[in-house]
Amino acid sequence: MDPFKADRDRHTILATAWVLPEPSRCVQCGVCSFHCPMAIDVRRHVWRNEPVKDSYCLTCGECVKRCPRGLLRFDVIPPLGIDEHTWGSH
Amino acid sequence: MARRHVLIGSGPAAVSAAEAIRSEDLAAEITMVTADPHGYYSRPGLAYYLAKEVPKDGLSPFTSRDFARLGVRFVSQRVAKISPAAHLVTLANGDDLPYDRLLIATGSQAIPLGVRGVELDGVVKLDDMQDARNLIDRSRHAKEAVVVGGGITALEIAEGLRARGVHVHYLMRKERYWGSVLSEAESRVVEDGLRSGGVQIHYFTEVAQILGKDGKVTAVETEGAEAIHADLVAVAIGVLPKRQLGESAGLECGRGILVDEFLRASEPDVYAAGDVAEVRARQGGKSPLEVLWNTAVAKGRIAGLNMAAEPAHPYIQSVPLNVTRLAGHKIAIMGTVGNGKDEDLRGIARGDSETWRQLGDAAIVEHEGKDARVRLALAERTIAGAIVMGDQTLSFPLQEIIASRVDVGALAERLRQDKAPVAELIESFWREWKAGRA
Repeated sequence: MDPFKADRDRHTILATAWVLPEPSRCVQCGVCSFHCPMAIDVRRHVWRNEPVKDSYCLTCGECVKRCPRGLLRFDVIPPLGIDEHTWGSH
Repeated sequence: MARRHVLIGSGPAAVSAAEAIRSEDLAAEITMVTADPHGYYSRPGLAYYLAKEVPKDGLSPFTSRDFARLGVRFVSQRVAKISPAAHLVTLANGDDLPYDRLLIATGSQAIPLGVRGVELDGVVKLDDMQDARNLIDRSRHAKEAVVVGGGITALEIAEGLRARGVHVHYLMRKERYWGSVLSEAESRVVEDGLRSGGVQIHYFTEVAQILGKDGKVTAVETEGAEAIHADLVAVAIGVLPKRQLGESAGLECGRGILVDEFLRASEPDVYAAGDVAEVRARQGGKSPLEVLWNTAVAKGRIAGLNMAAEPAHPYIQSVPLNVTRLAGHKIAIMGTVGNGKDEDLRGIARGDSETWRQLGDAAIVEHEGKDARVRLALAERTIAGAIVMGDQTLSFPLQEIIASRVDVGALAERLRQDKAPVAELIESFWREWKAGRA
């Protein structure tokens, strides 16, 4: 039992992952953009099927948690780009 | 001369068509005509606006600068008439707009309730931004509301009014919510969620008439002769494609405007996309209607590509998917998952697909995990459909397996076994399948 595992996993995610969208589930409601503390237009990234690779992104998880349709998630982007890694069909 | 495109509508189909046209033709003239004074906004997002999760301005994905950058001219007018032979659109103010290619993307509209009293002040619906603002304004003075109907919109209204402090009576004609799509257990989860949110559910209750005083709603009288006090009566019994403009222009119509696989209507150079477009079934019969955002985007894109050049891009109907939130539960619905008729709905509702209700012979596997409830409809060698409620982790691999109609082979048998570890089986199958494709 490692009592620090959860914290370490969380830190790893925050330090190495980006917010990735699943555009086929998005209805452009804007809840993600409205709640972003850094005023990043997350919704626009989803429309373009781009990871939120914005230098202002804190990976705080606010958008991931608030999205009413659960289409945002944290993940590591592989070297070949998002299409190699996203779920679902586009 | 630059090709002139006129797009009627300002929803996702029209916007995605405009983007597709521009991606193919930098010189094209694109004019978007809309009667909606609020232009392009997220219609499904109105639910979150009602529930105070996002402000009105937050619902607009594009700014006027975005439209300017896209080279789209906005005309805020109602269309009075389309003249296909003359290639003209006549606006309500009498102006004529000539076109080389026309897109009709007028969407769908709520079906009114067929009882006495529907004309009273206080009978409301949720079709557009204007309706949402009307609901919000009225919720400031209303104490009680009756919600009639089914599917997603009825719950959006019920939950939105609760969030604004209105006591809500939700009337169901039968014994459970959305019985044509959800299983009994899933319906109960949603109903429990509604009740814990303060919504009062009335089962086996049908509206006989709406009562009023001085032209305003005061109560609903049920078929059981019970009177339920109400300041508002919200109706969400389904929608119909808004096909009137097409019909009066002589376009062939079924339930919507009939289009071929390239989304061409029956007159030259006229296209339709979004909720209003009914794609002709290949072997006769009815093709299923869908009132889904992602379907509208896909149809708009294909119509736009075909309008920009010669029609070469067929529209291929994908496996219908929607993810929504019902009584606080995230729920993904994909493929075919149910059947039968929903007595609370006439036809199709917003966020709905008729394909969902076409479940034939299939083995049903239900699994309740710690964070999610999963139901699978298993055909012989494929997963025909699935519903995932709660944590959505499993819905992503399922979406891909169902959309790609993957031959799941022996997995189906293993999933059917008693106490099968459904989540683990699906995830490991999906990873192997992905690795095999790489």
